[in-house]
Amino acid sequence: MIDVTSPPRTPAKKTARRVYRPNTKHIPVLATLALLIVMYSVGVYNYDGFGDTQVILNVFVDNAFLLVVAVGMTFVILTGGIDLSVGAVIALTTTVAATLLNAGWPAGVVLPVALLIGTVLGFGMGAVIHFFKVEPFIATLAGMFLARGLSLLINRNSIPITNDFWTQMAQKRFRFDDGVFISLNVVIAVVVVVIAAVVLAWTRFGRNVYAIGGNADSALLMGLPVGRTRIAVYTLSGFCASLGGVLYSFYTSSGYSLHGQGLELDAIAAVVIGGVLLTGGSGYVLGTVLGVLVLGLIQTIITFQGDLNSWWTRIVVGILLFAFIVLQRLVTRKAK
Amino acid sequence: MNLTALLRHRLFWPIAVLVVLLASNLVFSNNFFTITLQDGHLYGSLIDILRRSAPLVLVALGMTLVISTGGIDLSVGSVMAISGALACLLIGDLSNPDSVGPVLLVVGAAIALCLVFGLWNGFLVAVLGIQPIIATLILMVAGRGVAQLITDGQILNVHSAPYRVVGAGYFLAVPVSFLIAAAAVALTVAVTRRTALGLLLESVGGSPTASRLAGIRARRITIMVYVFAAAFAGVAGLIYSSDVSSADSNAAGNLIELNAILAVVIGGTALTGGRFSIAGSVLGAVIITTLDITAVSVGVPVETTLLFKAVVVIILCLAQSATFRAKVFGRFSAKRTVPA
Repeated sequence: MIDVTSPPRTPAKKTARRVYRPNTKHIPVLATLALLIVMYSVGVYNYDGFGDTQVILNVFVDNAFLLVVAVGMTFVILTGGIDLSVGAVIALTTTVAATLLNAGWPAGVVLPVALLIGTVLGFGMGAVIHFFKVEPFIATLAGMFLARGLSLLINRNSIPITNDFWTQMAQKRFRFDDGVFISLNVVIAVVVVVIAAVVLAWTRFGRNVYAIGGNADSALLMGLPVGRTRIAVYTLSGFCASLGGVLYSFYTSSGYSLHGQGLELDAIAAVVIGGVLLTGGSGYVLGTVLGVLVLGLIQTIITFQGDLNSWWTRIVVGILLFAFIVLQRLVTRKAK
Repeated sequence: MNLTALLRHRLFWPIAVLVVLLASNLVFSNNFFTITLQDGHLYGSLIDILRRSAPLVLVALGMTLVISTGGIDLSVGSVMAISGALACLLIGDLSNPDSVGPVLLVVGAAIALCLVFGLWNGFLVAVLGIQPIIATLILMVAGRGVAQLITDGQILNVHSAPYRVVGAGYFLAVPVSFLIAAAAVALTVAVTRRTALGLLLESVGGSPTASRLAGIRARRITIMVYVFAAAFAGVAGLIYSSDVSSADSNAAGNLIELNAILAVVIGGTALTGGRFSIAGSVLGAVIITTLDITAVSVGVPVETTLLFKAVVVIILCLAQSATFRAKVFGRFSAKRTVPA
């Protein structure tokens, strides 16, 4: 029976596979999307008012800064690196911005200065990683200590921001016809996401990022600018962290040296849940967006449920991390 | 031993830093080195340093073993929080929290739970083949949630005389936490340096594949180091929670994974694995604790020690980086340049 049927079956199976199986690269992202849809459906089914458009938009409003930071982290992880400094950079950015604003500096000066902080720090870390072959983990750990230490040195207390420009930015709302709204932060985050997606998909720099993550030695032998790209990636992540810090200071109207504690973990988790391979070389910005949405939706569900406590967020995120990492292992093993 | 050999000894710089730190304390408080005997307990800043560095020494010990195999364990802080939380919860349920037997059982249960977490980490790394940073990140994220779940988000206070001994008690005038840490160090040294285990660890860290081909059970050894790390972290968590007589899921072991990694790096163990120094890690842990205590006695905010740590990490990493040495010192002594 088996002998008879197996020879003609093989080609049929092959065509069938071509029809049904998505590209292995897309599997993690599709899994995240499926998870997101399931979570949303469960939410809508179980809780009154969960289906409101505003609920979804609020996920964006509350996580815009995380989205920006996670986009920067995506670039770093795509090259096979990691950036632990992002949370501390947010703290440093908000602290410096708040301090300068309260000292009477105009917002037009403070904003570029704030954005420059992370960019410079990121550039420095990238240079150390590239030129001195220091592990990204350690170099960015030093960056994290440095940024957190500096912000604590500047001010240990929470500093309220009362600057007019900052308040305007914080209160700016884009309203749609049926009363739903998004904040300015969301618009900025979406712009960042679109730019990042375009850069990653259709520019030479984007290709280089994937190439380095795939195999840095091969990339070097192919004549790609490995060093420049690697430094650029950490600079970019630093910039995104600073921008995230600015958005965070809009969101909270304060600067505080303890802002963004553990945020690097959230960003890494979002990127991993979004299907970016931690060894680098595979993943999409869109996946990261989905990852951030998953994290946001978990929090929303827990809020709606009411009797669940915030620590369930951590546990669920941990479980999801585990599930997606194992999925990644299976996918990469199959690809081999 | 001549001067150059002394300068090149791998523990020279850590010891020098520690001596400078201790000496600088003398400037700010004259009786820094005084040790007195009160009520049968030793008192003094030096004793305080020994007592307070116990948890970090324990965690750094486990971290050293993990790093020697080329891995890393980010979950130690969470494991500390879990073990403290479980111990305090169980002691709170005891009918008589002052009897020694049940408290010992509770301590055993907490450590047993930590062993399970260590097995989990080891399983992810050695069996599923997940990068150590990522594998232990899972427990790092979820672990604090678990700890909060155990304590129901509260800070659990316990009143138990036997449990208090673990972190704040004295035995023959010496702090018990110090004795526990010392015993752990002695045990680790004995197991790694008096048996072939240390050699095997370094071999697995050098190349897991080559070790396996040479007949070493690399997988089993990898799992074992994570179990060790979790067990030590669990004991550290008990010491911490016993010292403050409560379980605080957020504060327990906060950032200790980074401090422990820092201690290991200060001690001269390379993060790439393959070589480790237990004495170095212990020194590193003591240096970090001394630094925190010094900051307090000098009167600067404890947080500024972060800046100092950042500088130390940068300098140490650059010093360990062969490329950096070749680039900077190469031109002065062309003979010793390492070919890239």
